[in-house]
Amino acid sequence: MPEAKTKEFKVVNKRVEKIDSLGLACGEPMFTGDVDIKGVLYAKLLWSPHAHARIKNIDVSQALKIKGVRAALTYKDVPRVPHTTAGQGYPEPSPYDTYILDNKVRFVGDRVAAVAAETIEAAEEAVKAVKVDYEILPAVLDQLEAMKPGAPVIHDEKDSKNIPDAKRNIAAKFDFEVKNGEWFADADHVVEKTYRIPYFQHCAIEPHTTICYFDHQNRLIIRTSTQVPFHVRRIVAQALNLSVKDIRVIKPRIGGGFGSKQEVLEDVVAALALKTKSPVRLEYSRKEVFISSRTRHPAFMKLKTGVKKDGTITDMSMEIILNTGAYGSHALTVMMCSGSHTIPMYRVKNNIKFSGKSVYTNLPVAGAYRGYGATQAFFGLEAQMDLMAEKIGMDPVLFRKKNYIKLGEGSPVFKAMGEGREGVEQVITSIGLAEGMERGLKEIGWYEKKKRYAAENKNSHVKKGLGMACLMQGSGIPEVDMGSATIKMNEDGSFNLLIGATDLGTGSDTILAQIAAEVLEVPNTDVIVYSSDTDLTPFDVGAYASSTTFISGGAVKKTAEKVREMIIEVAAKILDEKKENLYLKDKQVFSKDGKRVTFQEVANTSLYYYNQHQIIASASHFARTSPPPFSAHFADIEVDTRTGEVKVVDYVSCVDCGTAINPTLAEGQNDGAVVNGLSHTLAEGIEFSPNGTPLNANFRRYKIFTSSDIEKVRTILIPTYEPNGPFGAKSVSEIGINGPLPALSNAIYDACGVRLCEAPFTPYRILMALKKKQE
Amino acid sequence: MKNEKLSLDKNGRFEISLKVNGKPLSMEVKPSESLLEALRKYGYKGTKKGCDTGDCGSCAILMDGSSRVSCVMPAFLAHGSEITTIEGLGTVQNPHAIQAAFVEAGAVQCGFCIPGMIVSAKHLLDRNKTPGEGEIKHHLDGNLCRCTGYVKQIEAVKLAAKKLRKSSK
Repeated sequence: MPEAKTKEFKVVNKRVEKIDSLGLACGEPMFTGDVDIKGVLYAKLLWSPHAHARIKNIDVSQALKIKGVRAALTYKDVPRVPHTTAGQGYPEPSPYDTYILDNKVRFVGDRVAAVAAETIEAAEEAVKAVKVDYEILPAVLDQLEAMKPGAPVIHDEKDSKNIPDAKRNIAAKFDFEVKNGEWFADADHVVEKTYRIPYFQHCAIEPHTTICYFDHQNRLIIRTSTQVPFHVRRIVAQALNLSVKDIRVIKPRIGGGFGSKQEVLEDVVAALALKTKSPVRLEYSRKEVFISSRTRHPAFMKLKTGVKKDGTITDMSMEIILNTGAYGSHALTVMMCSGSHTIPMYRVKNNIKFSGKSVYTNLPVAGAYRGYGATQAFFGLEAQMDLMAEKIGMDPVLFRKKNYIKLGEGSPVFKAMGEGREGVEQVITSIGLAEGMERGLKEIGWYEKKKRYAAENKNSHVKKGLGMACLMQGSGIPEVDMGSATIKMNEDGSFNLLIGATDLGTGSDTILAQIAAEVLEVPNTDVIVYSSDTDLTPFDVGAYASSTTFISGGAVKKTAEKVREMIIEVAAKILDEKKENLYLKDKQVFSKDGKRVTFQEVANTSLYYYNQHQIIASASHFARTSPPPFSAHFADIEVDTRTGEVKVVDYVSCVDCGTAINPTLAEGQNDGAVVNGLSHTLAEGIEFSPNGTPLNANFRRYKIFTSSDIEKVRTILIPTYEPNGPFGAKSVSEIGINGPLPALSNAIYDACGVRLCEAPFTPYRILMALKKKQE
Repeated sequence: MKNEKLSLDKNGRFEISLKVNGKPLSMEVKPSESLLEALRKYGYKGTKKGCDTGDCGSCAILMDGSSRVSCVMPAFLAHGSEITTIEGLGTVQNPHAIQAAFVEAGAVQCGFCIPGMIVSAKHLLDRNKTPGEGEIKHHLDGNLCRCTGYVKQIEAVKLAAKKLRKSSK
């Protein structure tokens, strides 16, 4: 059935070229910072040098005396409105604990003052000339320490909202338990382990860039590198006491985001533009991106699981404590997704418990990052699966096969845990994990190599090993995410597709055009896409939560179907036929008895000749469920036990994303996610001095993978058909990043018998673990 | 011209002469200005700033045929040089084989690193018509990309090499 459906596709499931790729490859000026605006001022921010301090006095008078300096703002000059920078559905489930500027700084890199000047040099000089008298406060850098009595209280201000326990620095908490008996009563073995991940940064190659200017009606235009243009409009309006109608947000091409641009940091640029009544441009330096934009939540996680000898998982307890840094952006939702996107992966016979907290510290602010909590939790969960399999002497592949969630099954977690609130009940409506596992095992040569490596490892200091992991994610946030689209028809039978959906490099403009083209029976090049402009395109929550294909794609499909009906209506008049006898094919409308009319004639008739009207329609889409994509990852590695270095010889990931609307782009999404995950696993992590100063906030010292760090990385798409998705599609963008941490932890254990539970797996950590094992 | 001594004008700037994408150009640059900033100021927006410390390769250009990171190169050092930016390879109307290959291979996601990467690929393919996978990986090592995992970009360079060999026959 799915295959039959897939075969009928004309545009969908085809490897059409990404529509913006040639312009990008030719260096066309398509990004936020690629425009020159006359009279633009350059903004610079003064960042806190202290992890925790109160501003006793701040004086900008010297800064304002510098030639060319037009404004220098402190907390005294901007509205004090508690808000969150998390670009999420409204009302956001993140605490309102952030101010444009404040009289307290909470991490090294927090905003102190903002200046705008006619030259970058003057702006740089001006931030240095701001005099600040700080009362330095004790700081806390670890999330476990921060909850202890007597720890410094980071949010002691009275006006912040929705912080569950500010005195204990708890930005968010959630507990959930299903209890069908006594804990671990049925278990033959109980495995308990602690896992940790550090600060990871997104490292989108385009730094955050924003240009604010005014149009001829004095409306504020925000041209910005964002994943969430509509949330930018709303949150900037909120923070500056403006009306939504006063603001237009334009998203040009975006140089990658991975969640870091789901944060609304545009407020301060808007404040400078309003103050100077001039266009203002802010471009983060790479160091500022590392320290002052956003990061992945560092995690401390305890897993305690019970297993029976026959391979039944009896109990699963997950305790996760995230470090949200100085502000609680996505604090609740990332933490909840760490459970909701992982625990349902396997059947648990008796008891399930999730206990999560996100805790403030005086370190950089965590936020959304591809994987969104699932990356943190799958590290532990999939390592735990191998540990349990070992305890009962079962093949870890068979152990997973026995336990993973099957078609038609649900999980109590789906209903209990949503994003910041209750979730929705759902059952699995498509899953290709069995095929994915089979294919992956074959491609990596699992069983053959297992035998061979065991023999080869005996006489070599280079130990070879294999590891795997099974993964899931979601497809949008059910009953929260919404996307919409408008399609209009032109004289030549082409169409304009206007969408709020936000292509940040993912190719969503292309795949949404493919969906429209499939319905309208035209090549995708006949669909002209314009996206993400709050004045001109309909609403969309933005690019996050693996939602665009599933949610925005659903909106485009509905819209195209409406337009199809309108085309048929006009054609029925032209052909003097009943509507039900007509269908679309190859840019024409056909009747069953062979009469036909071209799209061009339909469009011209509607626009110029008869009963004139624009063929145009809009539709919105939200979903009741969030069908998970599934994936099986396999790593073939070598550990040099003399140097501690790990080489990933082959990495195969088989992905069930339903119908891949564009297989090339789907593979690209997964390749990128996997390599980002490998880079996390073996190389990355922000390091801090004891006083909270980041020590490696640049690409030379915060290593991300380059082309020469990868050997073989292979993505294999496993087609399934998701009945709730547009043309059978599910999400694909995030899932791949969750695999490398556990797959490599398992592979390293297989190779040399040491279990790494703290990322990254540096040579030093491996050598220390080997040494400990010998002792 | 290259070794000619430059002197600052009354505004504290150098006037430098160079060729950009084959066209003679004179630029007024501050002593501290990087070649990247100067190129962008004069409209060559294809060259990108990703880090400003010479570590990401988004600003790669060819200077007298050699690949350079323009963000850490003072602009005045380009006096008398021939610079090739991404705009000098091809256009949307008439793309270079490498640009076409990157599109065909699906190697462009966000596209921010792509101009620098294509310039690096050109540097390689100008010297080596049949690079092996290892050589390609090694050569693109200085161009960071966070979207693609490099998989399709390595394919793109192979494809470009094939296209170039075909067209030179």
